[in-house]
Amino acid sequence: MVLQPSLKNCLRLSCVLRTPKAGFRSTDCGALIIQSVSNDVYQNLAVEDWIHDHMDLEKRQVLFLWRNSPAVVIGRHQNPWQECNLRLLRQKNIKLARRRSGGGTVYHDLGNINLTFFTTRKKYERMENLKLVVKALKALRPQLDIHVTDRYDILLDRHYKISGTAAKLGGTSAYHHCTLLCNADKFVLSSVLKSPYKGLKSNATPSVPASVKNLFEEDPTLTSEMLLDAIAKEYSTQHQIDHHITLINPADETLLPGINNKTKELQTWEWVYGKTPKFSISTCLNMAYKDSVLDVKVNMDVKHGRIEVCNIDLPEQWLPPALYSELVKSLTGSKFCPDETTTLATTLLRVCPQDDELHSRWNLLCENMIMLM
Amino acid sequence: VCIHRVRSCSSIRIIKSKYVCVFDKSALKFSHQQRLFRTSAVSCGQIVQFKLSDIGEGITEVTVKEWYIKEGDSVSQFDSICEVQSDKASVTITSRYDGVIRKLHYSIDDIALVGKPLVDIEIDASKGVASEEDVVETPPMSHEEHTHQEIKGHKTLATPAVRRLAMENNIKLSEVVGTGKDNRILKEDILNYLAKQTGAILPPSPKAEIVPPLPKSETVPAAPKDKAHKIPVPVSRPIVFSGKDKTEPVTGFQKAMVKTMSAALKIPHFGYCDEIDLTQLVQLREELKPLAEIRGVKLSFMPFFIKAASLGLLQYPILNASLDEKCQNVTYKASHNIGVAMDTEQGLIVPNVKNVQVCSVFDIAAELNRLQSLGSAGQLGTSDLTGGTFTLSNIGTIGGTYAKPVILPPEVAIGALGKIQVVPRFNGKGEVFKAQIMNVSWSADHRIIDGATMARFSNLWKSYVENPASMLLDLK
Repeated sequence: MVLQPSLKNCLRLSCVLRTPKAGFRSTDCGALIIQSVSNDVYQNLAVEDWIHDHMDLEKRQVLFLWRNSPAVVIGRHQNPWQECNLRLLRQKNIKLARRRSGGGTVYHDLGNINLTFFTTRKKYERMENLKLVVKALKALRPQLDIHVTDRYDILLDRHYKISGTAAKLGGTSAYHHCTLLCNADKFVLSSVLKSPYKGLKSNATPSVPASVKNLFEEDPTLTSEMLLDAIAKEYSTQHQIDHHITLINPADETLLPGINNKTKELQTWEWVYGKTPKFSISTCLNMAYKDSVLDVKVNMDVKHGRIEVCNIDLPEQWLPPALYSELVKSLTGSKFCPDETTTLATTLLRVCPQDDELHSRWNLLCENMIMLM
Repeated sequence: VCIHRVRSCSSIRIIKSKYVCVFDKSALKFSHQQRLFRTSAVSCGQIVQFKLSDIGEGITEVTVKEWYIKEGDSVSQFDSICEVQSDKASVTITSRYDGVIRKLHYSIDDIALVGKPLVDIEIDASKGVASEEDVVETPPMSHEEHTHQEIKGHKTLATPAVRRLAMENNIKLSEVVGTGKDNRILKEDILNYLAKQTGAILPPSPKAEIVPPLPKSETVPAAPKDKAHKIPVPVSRPIVFSGKDKTEPVTGFQKAMVKTMSAALKIPHFGYCDEIDLTQLVQLREELKPLAEIRGVKLSFMPFFIKAASLGLLQYPILNASLDEKCQNVTYKASHNIGVAMDTEQGLIVPNVKNVQVCSVFDIAAELNRLQSLGSAGQLGTSDLTGGTFTLSNIGTIGGTYAKPVILPPEVAIGALGKIQVVPRFNGKGEVFKAQIMNVSWSADHRIIDGATMARFSNLWKSYVENPASMLLDLK
């Protein structure tokens, strides 16, 4: 579905704040429903941040509807290496984002809808929100067997997860957001959410894998738009407001002053990877060299996404000791990132003796190390 | 100016607050500086145990995931203290007090209990204590975000604390001169304004008072000046700059650069520069661009420069060589793996096009496209980044004319291409015509390459590039 934003519909949120009745057909303004015209995960997450930081939710609660082009979204305290196949993400150009709320990892694409319920901290109530969603779905298709678990998941047919939940509380406001699988690509979902990285030890929040199903599989007549509309309708009924969805553009700096900085921050390496809780890797590289296979033990500690400690157990004299220590020295303190490691390794190669045998061993080792990232 | 109430905080029940005074960080620092000059003891504050407040939904315990502060740090009200997690909810705990952190009750990954102390904060008795109810009027903001107030078309920046101060004293922010960053109004500015109003003697702020002195030749005006209207003398008050130096360790990519460049400077460089007339090449490229596009390739000038360099290297193979560490042997490399310097977010990377000697201009263009898209995505592989024998740097895309490029070991030569400029030149008939001129700056290893060789190579390269048709004669 391609959203056609019309400028007339994009109300100045700041105007809505100061003069609640301006441009609003409803006379009662206990709540507001907004929908993003963007499919960029970073822009949409930035909108959540903006509303959380700037809007006064005492007077009015907000429901934010959004969808993203393919992206994997990890929770605030998670480890992306543990949660997903980063190599595959890079290959397929799928974005990786870290949200500010807790919880587990999810895969978003246009077949998944996201709902964010903004309230004051006092009115923070996840179960109520999920019950609203279930009520809306049942009103749309009464035959659907859906219910909310005590883990705040929504299950279809008692078995398949169609929605996951996460929340963020801070200061005076709170938000609870959840996904809803309408017609997402399950094949990509399962392949990107499987981590190939072995030997990781960390205290990061682990995700709980679950079997998923699309609502579309249950009823092919359902579309994302229908679901969004049904939920908006139920929300407006419960909050006694007009069933009117305000479209907003997350790139609009006049509407949302400071939003572009928030978007930029969410894309920085320091946020996405650097916020990973400290973890260690203890694994073995199986390097096929000439006619034999070398087992090389590797131990690394990674803090703030950077290599704090690095130990590679190479056979003696396989690499000249001076070169080996250069490698370890350079890796220490650098980002646990394939691009940085590649650049480092290839640059260091310039200053070592120009020996083909040496170069091929060096490249082999570095390529194997990069596979860990 | 501000009225404070000291409240006890033994219970976590919400108590209605009458008034809360919020200081912005600069004010806090200012008062800290004052404290250092006093001879009385600094730690005269009261230690308050800041308890973990109710999360909602009947949650009794959370896991501490990240500390934003450490013991000894100063905090202001609304500063983030830590991040805790409970059952898929991430909660930012913000400070209720201004003070200094004296004790953290938990470490990362510990379970913290609601209602039990989270941190101990030492509060300066004179500052007072905020009530326990979360202040609803001023939503929490990061220190970088300030409330804007549009006044007469100008945006006035001021923190909520400063605005409240102004409001209480019936001061219009538009009348106050801001001396902070971006003309921000600071607490001192409000105090200065107040002091002036009450007639207190304070040094005038430099911005408001500096008036250009009257020219001496001006005659005395007929009407006597108003007594109150005196020409203020600019006070030479040092302009306060509150920026701080920032020291970071040299890590990762920069470390590698340090190593390479230190090795590079051991090579005795000599430079040779020239001016190239690209008028014909510009025309040729215009013709060929659409053809390349049909085949899905973007054609820039670089493929031509690279191919011309390779043709030149066939005649002067010493420029495509490598000198061993002990300077005993020169290895003439068979492949022309020509590196192209690329600017990425991390810095300089030099992927190379392999075997240019057997590639067509179109092949080179296609390969460049591939390397460029991988480079910007941060996905270049080791084989793309190693094995280079000669390098070209098109710094002209960013700017500049002549440069002094540094040779990348183990190579022995490098060329830097400046920007293309349209300048007047004389042709063979003595007429002025519009020429597209680009400067090239070569650097070479003087241990094995002499000036004459470099000059001849450059002339040959220049002739190919200035007359692209001549490349056809020597293409292999």
